[in-house]
Amino acid sequence: MSFLQHDFPISWYLLLSAILFSLGVVGFLIKRNLITVFMSIELMLNAVNLSFVTFAYQWHEVRGQIFVFFVMMVAAAEAAVGLAIIIAVFRARSTLAVDRIDLMKL
Amino acid sequence: MHLILFLIFAGFCLAGAINLLLQTHPINSALSLIVVMTSLAVLYLLLGAEFLAIAQIIVYSGAVMVLFTFVVMLLNAGREERTLGSRAAARVGFPAVVALFAVLATILLHAHGLGSAHLGQGLSNAPGQSNLILLSQVLFHELLLPFEVTSVLILIAILGAVAIAHVEGSKVPDSERMAEK
Repeated sequence: MSFLQHDFPISWYLLLSAILFSLGVVGFLIKRNLITVFMSIELMLNAVNLSFVTFAYQWHEVRGQIFVFFVMMVAAAEAAVGLAIIIAVFRARSTLAVDRIDLMKL
Repeated sequence: MHLILFLIFAGFCLAGAINLLLQTHPINSALSLIVVMTSLAVLYLLLGAEFLAIAQIIVYSGAVMVLFTFVVMLLNAGREERTLGSRAAARVGFPAVVALFAVLATILLHAHGLGSAHLGQGLSNAPGQSNLILLSQVLFHELLLPFEVTSVLILIAILGAVAIAHVEGSKVPDSERMAEK
């Protein structure tokens, strides 16, 4: 893949990662559906993974990629448990709107 | 070449992420999240992480998103209600997001002179050789124990997911039995 390697600023990748992370935070704030809120969290995880891979490339260090691999595994486990919790919440409250799930709200 | 591919797939990433925010139906949001994750896999490929690119497609675009779409269909999730949301989100949240982005961008661009840093020679030792060998050596020699512990973690997560989502199946047959008596 030598033809891919030119002088290319890594700041573009890092900026993309920061933008994706911020969009994930915005989605977490504005979305009103439990599943979509969860998707925003996945988007944030992916944004952080991108910056890990970028730094691994920059510092010639393969451990960054291994860290991303472990993040992926934990994220898969987290998605399974989180979606099970969403199903349980839907069974109990018959709604997915986060405004209606307010039992613990002050 | 690198620049063109980066611009195309970074554009896909951003378009998918913004579409995720704008769509009101959860299934559309899930599909745009698949676009984001697949484009990220291409970006990983550009950064010389072939293994992670394939893992991203299999784990994220495949398994996790199938789980998401299954749950959306299972719960018959309809159109999202547009509420105004809490006032705290509007007054504190969005300035906080802008501040967070500014801080992230500043740190990422100025720490260790990263803003002017350029992509190096890549991870591979020899031209044409994948860094997969290096990665597997570290992963399966030095980090073998964490790797095996991860499988236990996933097993526990599966058990937990089944335990949480499990319906109390004994209730319905009991009541039916009572009704029969």
